[in-house]
Amino acid sequence: MTSRCLEKVIELTIPMEPNLELVAAEAASTIAQLMCFDEDEIDEIRMATIEACLNAFEHSKSPDRRVYIAFRVCKDKLELRVTDHGRGFNPAEVKPPDIRNAVKGGRKRGWGLKLIENLMDEVRIETGSLGTTVIMIKMKG
Amino acid sequence: MPGKFTVNVRRGDGYAVLETGSYLNQTAGEELFNRFNDLLEEGYTDFIIDMSKTKIVNSIGISILIEMLEKLRERKGRLIFCNLSNVISKTFKIMGLTQYAEVYPNEKEAITALRGEG
Repeated sequence: MTSRCLEKVIELTIPMEPNLELVAAEAASTIAQLMCFDEDEIDEIRMATIEACLNAFEHSKSPDRRVYIAFRVCKDKLELRVTDHGRGFNPAEVKPPDIRNAVKGGRKRGWGLKLIENLMDEVRIETGSLGTTVIMIKMKG
Repeated sequence: MPGKFTVNVRRGDGYAVLETGSYLNQTAGEELFNRFNDLLEEGYTDFIIDMSKTKIVNSIGISILIEMLEKLRERKGRLIFCNLSNVISKTFKIMGLTQYAEVYPNEKEAITALRGEG
C-alpha cells in the first residue's frame, strides 16, 4: 500500500526513569495536534505512547536504560516507533490479561499491549535478542 | 511532570468520594489505595472515584483500581467512577472494568445511584 508520507521524522531519546514517559507522551501529543488529529485521537496516541514506554521501562532489561522514539509524520497517518535495546521477548508467550481473574485475586498487571492494540489503528512488534520496537500507527480521518 | 500526588477525600452520608489527580500512575495509585484503605477501616464500603482532574492514566495506575474493586467485592461494597474523559472511559471498556464498576457522567448522578434513587 502506498502511503502519502512526507518523511518528516522527529526523534527523541528518554532515559528509563519514573515519569519520563510523560516527555514522550507530550511530544506525541504536540505532533498529533500539529497534524490536526482530534482531541480524542490525541489522547489515545498519548496513552499508547505511555504504555509502550512503560513496557520498555519494565520488561526490556535494556543495558543502556534508554528508550528511542521516532515519530514519522505522514499526510495520512502518524507512525510511532518505540525502541529499546533490551533482551526482546516472544509475543506468543505473553499471557493476555483477564479482568474476570484480576478482580478475583488474579494477575492485575499486563494490560499495556492490549491497550495499545485497541487505541491505535495498527500495531506491529519487531523483537529479538538486540531489542524490541513497537510500531504504532494512527490513521487520519 | 507531576508534582506531589494528592488525593482529595470527601465523606458523604454512607459513602466516600476520592478525587484523583492529573496523572494516575503507580505513585498516585498507591496514594489512592492508602486513602481507600483508611476509609475502609473507618467503615466505608461505597466509593465514588471522581476523575474530573485526571487527564492521563496508565495501566499500572488502573491495576490499583482493580485491587480496590477486588477488596470491595469481598465486602459487598460498590465502586463508582464519574467524570471520566473519553479516553479513560474507552480504556476502562477495553479492559472490561465497566463490567464490575459503574460509571456516571458526574458526581451528582453517582450519588443518586448509590442512594438507589436513579
